[in-house]
Amino acid sequence: MFPSAEAGDIPNSHSIPSNAPEHCPGTESELAGKADACQGCPNQEICASSKPNGPDPALPYIHERMTSVKRKIVVLSGKGGVGKSTFAAQLAWAFAADEQLQTGLMDVDICGPSVPTILGIASEQIHSSSAGWSPVYVQDNLGVMSVGFMLPSSRDAVMWRGPKKNGLIAQFLKDVDWGDLDYLVIDTPPGTSDEHLSIVQYLKESGIDGAVLITTPQEVALQDVRREIDFCRKVGLRILGVVENMSGFVCPSCKSESQIFRPTTGGAERLAKETGIELLGKVPLDPRIGRSADYGLSFLDEYPDSPASASYLEIIDKIKYILGDK
Amino acid sequence: MTTPVARRVNPIKHIIIVCSGKGGVGKSSVSTQLALSLHASSPTAHIGLLDVDLTGPSLPRMLGLDGHGIHQSSDGWVPVYADAHGQGVPRLACMSIGFLLKNRGDSVVWRGPKKNAMIRQFLSDVRWGELDYLIIDTPPGTSDEHLSLLEHLAPVHSRLSAVIVTTPQAVALLDAMKCLSFTRAVNLPVLGIIENMSGYVCPCCGEVSNVFSTGGGEEMAKREGLPFLGRMPLDPELVTLLDAAEPPNEAGGGRERSSDKAFEVIEKYRKTTSAKLFAAIAHKVMDTIGPVQVAQEIMIGDTASAQGTS
Repeated sequence: MFPSAEAGDIPNSHSIPSNAPEHCPGTESELAGKADACQGCPNQEICASSKPNGPDPALPYIHERMTSVKRKIVVLSGKGGVGKSTFAAQLAWAFAADEQLQTGLMDVDICGPSVPTILGIASEQIHSSSAGWSPVYVQDNLGVMSVGFMLPSSRDAVMWRGPKKNGLIAQFLKDVDWGDLDYLVIDTPPGTSDEHLSIVQYLKESGIDGAVLITTPQEVALQDVRREIDFCRKVGLRILGVVENMSGFVCPSCKSESQIFRPTTGGAERLAKETGIELLGKVPLDPRIGRSADYGLSFLDEYPDSPASASYLEIIDKIKYILGDK
Repeated sequence: MTTPVARRVNPIKHIIIVCSGKGGVGKSSVSTQLALSLHASSPTAHIGLLDVDLTGPSLPRMLGLDGHGIHQSSDGWVPVYADAHGQGVPRLACMSIGFLLKNRGDSVVWRGPKKNAMIRQFLSDVRWGELDYLIIDTPPGTSDEHLSLLEHLAPVHSRLSAVIVTTPQAVALLDAMKCLSFTRAVNLPVLGIIENMSGYVCPCCGEVSNVFSTGGGEEMAKREGLPFLGRMPLDPELVTLLDAAEPPNEAGGGRERSSDKAFEVIEKYRKTTSAKLFAAIAHKVMDTIGPVQVAQEIMIGDTASAQGTS
């Protein structure tokens, strides 16, 4: 019924499976799945498949395509629903506000693409030409690519396992005709798995300028961000800073501020201090942000007076400054 | 003929998979609340809670079980019991990859096949014993974890169903729709939709703000012909409770006190306003899947006919 990946039993990430042969190199080893002892082991395929088998043939094409992209920024967060896509969209919109700059936004959340809705282009489709797939343009200097443009209907689920998702990400990087870009913003799904590893591996040669981590103030979210930091350090991805989203809520009726997601452990501020990562800023929870996203409107353009707009702009300025573009 | 997975899940009366297309809509908090409400619904109900969100496990934190480890027994892995310090037999078992990590900041950077193997191990090696309900908390999306769960469970368990959690705004509903398409594609009966984070009551003036809009989940349920299980408001009290405070201390001495804290979560949860609202949802869930005391043969017939109508 399902595409099945042959699986054996791996007790945990560090130890050796109980059914492994005598000279098992360990599942975390470089030689996992490739050593002589692995021949005939029921786990061989799993061990081998979690390591790349030699250079991916797509790599040179990706590198070539990415030479015309100046800055590549990844938006990450361990936890879902903290506002990655909303932030990625605002960031792209803010870059594109300068008519001289060409901006691209790539959505690698394959199972839950939200970027098309947030940008108000959910009904668009991808066209392909001899130069490759043309991104969907929100405005002249802002192109977008997402799996959302490829589905027959928005209700369709993309039930893909890792390798298929990786294949599509490789295609997004090598087949999309981005043209000359000043900024490419990459929106990711939650977690630290296939999509993230693939982006990092595929862009290793071209270089990613940095990652922006998004979190909400409560510890459950911060825990996931710590994992994301650990991931970034493991794969050698530079962290530009962390943004605390949904930080405080101002009641539209009485104007008093309350904490919906209370920072019980000091919030992003303490996390930033503990890990030595820059806190880029805090964005308060404003119901109009969610509404703008539902209707595909730019929050920054619609409500420039909101305190949330001010913090968005400040954060974006900081990012530009850290990148050395300002 | 009986696979290790079948051997473990046969004594489990009902398996409920909590899913949502989008992240951060409250799957883990709904799973926790469902477990706590079912736990409170009867003094003899045995509940299991399995977290298959491998790269972002939140259940240990929510139940106040951060820092616990898993013990290996001759009969498999012993889950962590959240009510270990209460009176009577512990009956709220929890299993998460969070219990296997050395540091809580460690990341699990795994591709699909490894995640699949881990899930299979959770299903085949954890010594749940006899359970009335096993609640499975999933990561966002419709990918490896979900396919693996279904692949392992569907052939061996007939009382399998799902609850879809969504927040009311359009962006989340879109993903919830994808999740529903997924359940239909794999023939997983859906018990209903829970609308989470629906409205926030200002603690200062009592004004209700629809931070993430409202009513979207109910509309979706109506449109798709699914039961609407209920609506949960944003409750800072609950957020704070499930977020818990820092574990007393990270080193060994903290352990004892940490399971006291889990027990505290159970006790404190009963007093929150959310608990009262959620009890109604839990009852709807129990009514839909039928009483657990009924003999197993009849249950299978029941579920089969329920599957036919849904």
